[in-house]
Amino acid sequence: MDRLLFGDNQFFGVNHMSEEKARAQSMRFQDIQAVIDVLDNAYDEGVKTFMCTTHDRIALVCDHMRADPERYKDFHFYPCMPYAHKYANAVTEDGMIGALKRFMPDEGLINAALRGGMSLAKKDIEGITTLLVDAEMKMFAGLSTPVIFLQNVVVDLLLGLGFKEAFRIFADHVKKRYNAEPGFITMNMPMLLDALEEQGIENPIVCSNINKIGFRMCGGFEAYEQTLKTKKFRAIAMSVYASGAIPPKEAIEWVCQQPNIESIVFGASSRGNIRNTKELVDRYWPK
Amino acid sequence: MIRLAVVGLGKMGLSHHAMINAHPGVKVAAVCDTTGYVLDVLNKYTGVQTFTDFEAMLRDVALDAIIIATPSSMHAQMVKAALEKGLHVFCEKPFCLDTAEGEEVTRIANEKGLVSQVGYHYRFVGAFQEVKRLLDAGAIGTITHVLAEAYGPVVLKPKGGTWRTQRAHGGGCLYDYAAHPLNLVNWYLGMPIGVGGSVLNSIFSQETDDEVFGTLYYEGGQSAQISVNWSDESYRKMSTKITIWGTNGRIYADRQECQVFLREVPESLPDFQKGWNVRYTTDLTEPVWFYLRGEEYSAQLDYFVRCIEAGNGSDNVNSFASASETDKVISMMIADAEQGASFASGAAQPVVAKQKKGLMTSLFGR
Repeated sequence: MDRLLFGDNQFFGVNHMSEEKARAQSMRFQDIQAVIDVLDNAYDEGVKTFMCTTHDRIALVCDHMRADPERYKDFHFYPCMPYAHKYANAVTEDGMIGALKRFMPDEGLINAALRGGMSLAKKDIEGITTLLVDAEMKMFAGLSTPVIFLQNVVVDLLLGLGFKEAFRIFADHVKKRYNAEPGFITMNMPMLLDALEEQGIENPIVCSNINKIGFRMCGGFEAYEQTLKTKKFRAIAMSVYASGAIPPKEAIEWVCQQPNIESIVFGASSRGNIRNTKELVDRYWPK
Repeated sequence: MIRLAVVGLGKMGLSHHAMINAHPGVKVAAVCDTTGYVLDVLNKYTGVQTFTDFEAMLRDVALDAIIIATPSSMHAQMVKAALEKGLHVFCEKPFCLDTAEGEEVTRIANEKGLVSQVGYHYRFVGAFQEVKRLLDAGAIGTITHVLAEAYGPVVLKPKGGTWRTQRAHGGGCLYDYAAHPLNLVNWYLGMPIGVGGSVLNSIFSQETDDEVFGTLYYEGGQSAQISVNWSDESYRKMSTKITIWGTNGRIYADRQECQVFLREVPESLPDFQKGWNVRYTTDLTEPVWFYLRGEEYSAQLDYFVRCIEAGNGSDNVNSFASASETDKVISMMIADAEQGASFASGAAQPVVAKQKKGLMTSLFGR
């Protein structure tokens, strides 16, 4: 993995600091060309991996990249699935099974499963999971997706429920079908690592908030420090600026001092900010 | 260790289950729902004991507490049964559709000294807690007016067949969305003496409202206005905002930040300055043991657990008594909307055009 990965929150009106700023961003990035321009800036600054949700609009970015394979030959997508709001709103409208049917490429499987006495066999759960993954992956056909992530809302829901085998099902499918590394995004990193270990998922890629002020590092700052020191996993730090609460230099300097971190994912809307982050990382995180 | 059950595994119930199951002080001893496939998957993969029969679960499982996240029309009966079993109860909002039932279960909970709490999670959002702190400190002087808003993209087309689209079951914009800003206004200003100008309009829904407007009147001439719409796709997700005007300035808050304009700095707030003061969620939010979808959801459950541990069963945040106030304001608004506006003689009230009945309505009637 590259040391710097480019995130996509800024493109979709996600801002943990201000709703006004979030709205201004979603206006600015309404035209997909504005998104592509920023991605081009990042690419030209040497930030070549785009870690993005499977939002419908990402399909347009994919089309653009596919149309010019020469220009984007070193460009990698790290898809993060699912785009949760899509499902949450569908559940409110159609109920749980209605929503599932809406997103399943093949209704036959779930209908058959439900007819069988309203009980889902283990193979059905595996089947549904893998079909949902495949549906989300469709937009990336023909593009490089070396790491595929499960989003934190799903990871942490499964983690809380204790449905840990789902991590195994996801990991196996991603490896087998896409020859990709499975990744897990979480807000509860120490707890998740115990669960992944239990499932025999070795040296997993785990992306979580890691920042100097401990913002959204559940389980506590010390548990994160301890986990980074002692566990074997490939850590990606997100929210290193804690939504702007930590000045850039201070934030990057601190993250680069932590052990075991392989990459930092960050978002930016201008070439200047991309370059600043890149320069800070090059300075404080010598190769 | 508190032994707890979760009833109703919809969107809220499932996420409550995940959060409380991760709580170090709680053991989820059973879950109950009417849909077999959800129970089946949970039992198979997590080993939790499952029930489709609520009464049987209360009878067969030793419990200390319960989380009830069923449709609101079922709350009163289930809450009552749980209280009679001596269980501490956390119930989803809106609490009880019939305010008399709400009063009855509140009385039972108080008599038995049980912890009662309703899931008005916005009272656990750092920025809205900051507003409460500022008002208690007299930051903006005498309050004159409150504007409470909520917008989001829930119902975007004339379709959908879940209980959330039926007012009789506690669905609709008023119960689902407007209840939250109303609850915040209750927290900040207390109970209104009256309501007026209530509008409960359908935009897409056939059996309930999609937009809610109205005015709450307070003793001393204060007023609050409510503006809520759950069919607004310009918002990515539910967005709740509060603006409060006072003689010494104005407070604005949403989930991310609290902005305060002070004309003069009160002695009670020495760290503030004249003019604008802004504090962000990163600064206002207390860490939680487990994060799923916002600290406030975890924090309210942790608070419930702590109240049980401390034996604090009366004056807790979001107690049944407090949630019943919001239920009351909701029913006042329904009555007010039905009464309609005063019109000039000869003019008729506007009638919303009848929509063509959808398949669901034709099949199952109204």
